[in-house]
Amino acid sequence: MEQNHKEGSSKPTKLSRRKILGGMAAAGILYIQTSLGKTIKPVLPARWRKNDALADELITPGPGPSKIGGRSPYEKPQRLPSDISSRTPLQDLISPITPSDLHYERHHAGVPNIDPEKYELLIHGMVNKPMKFTLRDLKRFPAVSRICFLECSGNFRSGKETMTAQEVCGLTSQSEWTGVMLSTLFREVGIKPKADWFLAEGADAAYLTRSIPTRKAWEDAMIVYGQNGEAIRPEQGYPARLLLPGWEGNMNVKWLRRIELSDQPFMTREETSKYTYPVKDKIRQFSFEMDARSIITSPSYPAKVEPGWNEIRGLAWTGRGKVTKVEVTIDAGRTWQVAQLQEPVLSKAHTYFRLLWYWDGGETEIASRVTDETGYTQPTLKQLIDYRGADMGGYHLNPITAWQIKRDGSVLFKPESRK
Amino acid sequence: MPYRKAHYPQVNIKTKQMHNCRAGNKLIWLPLAAGLLWVVSAAFVEGNFGKNTALPLTDTVPWPATFGLGRAATAADIKAWDIDVSPDGQGLPVGQGTAVAGKIVYQTKCAACHGKTGEAEAGIKLPAPVLVSDTVFASRKTNTIGNYWPYATTVFDYVRRAMPYHAPQSLTNNEVYAVTAYLLSANKIIAADAVMNARSLPKVVMPARKYYINDDRKGGPEVK
Repeated sequence: MEQNHKEGSSKPTKLSRRKILGGMAAAGILYIQTSLGKTIKPVLPARWRKNDALADELITPGPGPSKIGGRSPYEKPQRLPSDISSRTPLQDLISPITPSDLHYERHHAGVPNIDPEKYELLIHGMVNKPMKFTLRDLKRFPAVSRICFLECSGNFRSGKETMTAQEVCGLTSQSEWTGVMLSTLFREVGIKPKADWFLAEGADAAYLTRSIPTRKAWEDAMIVYGQNGEAIRPEQGYPARLLLPGWEGNMNVKWLRRIELSDQPFMTREETSKYTYPVKDKIRQFSFEMDARSIITSPSYPAKVEPGWNEIRGLAWTGRGKVTKVEVTIDAGRTWQVAQLQEPVLSKAHTYFRLLWYWDGGETEIASRVTDETGYTQPTLKQLIDYRGADMGGYHLNPITAWQIKRDGSVLFKPESRK
Repeated sequence: MPYRKAHYPQVNIKTKQMHNCRAGNKLIWLPLAAGLLWVVSAAFVEGNFGKNTALPLTDTVPWPATFGLGRAATAADIKAWDIDVSPDGQGLPVGQGTAVAGKIVYQTKCAACHGKTGEAEAGIKLPAPVLVSDTVFASRKTNTIGNYWPYATTVFDYVRRAMPYHAPQSLTNNEVYAVTAYLLSANKIIAADAVMNARSLPKVVMPARKYYINDDRKGGPEVK
């Protein structure tokens, strides 16, 4: 009953609780008892329809069942594309799974069109038995599903107040991935003891390659062909990609065509001139894990808050295991309160948090910081600069992100200078 | 209804059955509900629900020595696909090139995106990265082969596999050697007349090589 009431009252002119209750007595109500509880279905007399904004829509039959569903025409979440990437609208999402069509993209030579019937994966190099597997072969191996995030390691933008969460850090998304454990395939080909590294190569026009420590295969690496219950999307690597839970997105090679085992890293372009970054007077290479990070997505620009009770919501994640704590400040960092984590908290996964907040209408700043199971707490930008230097490049930056709350209720990103 | 945090379908089923047992025949439903409760709590104790850390879950049927899927890759299969080059020179093909020949390849195939010489040009934003500069890491304005790349073999590997952007893998091995020689020479790393081939290229010492360190962070409270 409560639910019917809420649905009916989302527009001011719709059914009021009083009308429904009164109607139950006066007009006759279908009173249905189901195994799940009691629900009511109001049958309204004709004279009410005239005064009811929704009545005409309610009594006109809508479209029937269809082969493929779509979003409500009132909902328009969109990725934000550039020439080389597109960003997930974090501010429009309300729970941990990113709809597949909103998963972020980062390509190095566009999205290839690969016929699954012609797809083959070659595993060779320091193995006992070099082999080729078709997609059918991959699907016949024992299958595993897991939920985890993927994040581009260049996922930090700043510079102006009118930036959305999507613009600041929309290069992170989460899916349930299905495929075969890489260790299962390595068991088939037999890995030589000295093969500490493997090369993963994609079938895109860049033949993108990365060197990956073989230990990741024994831990949790997968070759996945499924995403959120269906075939993986072309932008995410159809028909099969490498999945390295918790490790920087670029290493999770899409459109995977070849794996070569070796006793040394191959020093590909993507792991030398790219995806490395200056730390003091050195260049740091082979940063695999994505460090713990969080961001408030509600309220965030361009939303407006109203005085009174609100709930601060956002997501937190770490490539090093589980999120153990998220703290939120509602007073520009003077005090921090522990937020509620949405269960289940999964390893290497986006974890939603929330904190009740009574906004008194005054100017303030809100921000979140996450702590992971290794004891690492999300740093400030200043902490990162203090260690790495101002010339620290754009990779593996995970600073605390603050939103400014203005008196009129507007919410603005708080850009910070690197100097 | 007293909804608990209903994250697992098992909890929903339990609640539904409990409801039915009030509405219907208690004698029939109670043992079933109790049985279901036992199964659900056993599952929680086993840790199979709500945890994602136990991957892969053990199969109830033992795995065979091999699944017998896939096929042996032939030497020809591997030769056709294996184009990577390692820092020690493994994978470099027969062929050679010099900066003089490479400059022509560069101007024909590369300059449209990377600029006339590969150097930054004042007032022009190129659609592709600047490739040429001096070799001073500390004062660099942008990362180039001269001031940032640690291995000469990577230039060959990347040009051969991914360049030119609109026609990757269209250059001959000699052209790739030549354009690699041109880029190394333009960055003042090798002499203008040096011949690049499978023997000489891995011996080129890149100025930025000495700056590279492995990330040694392992989590924990320290911010680095």
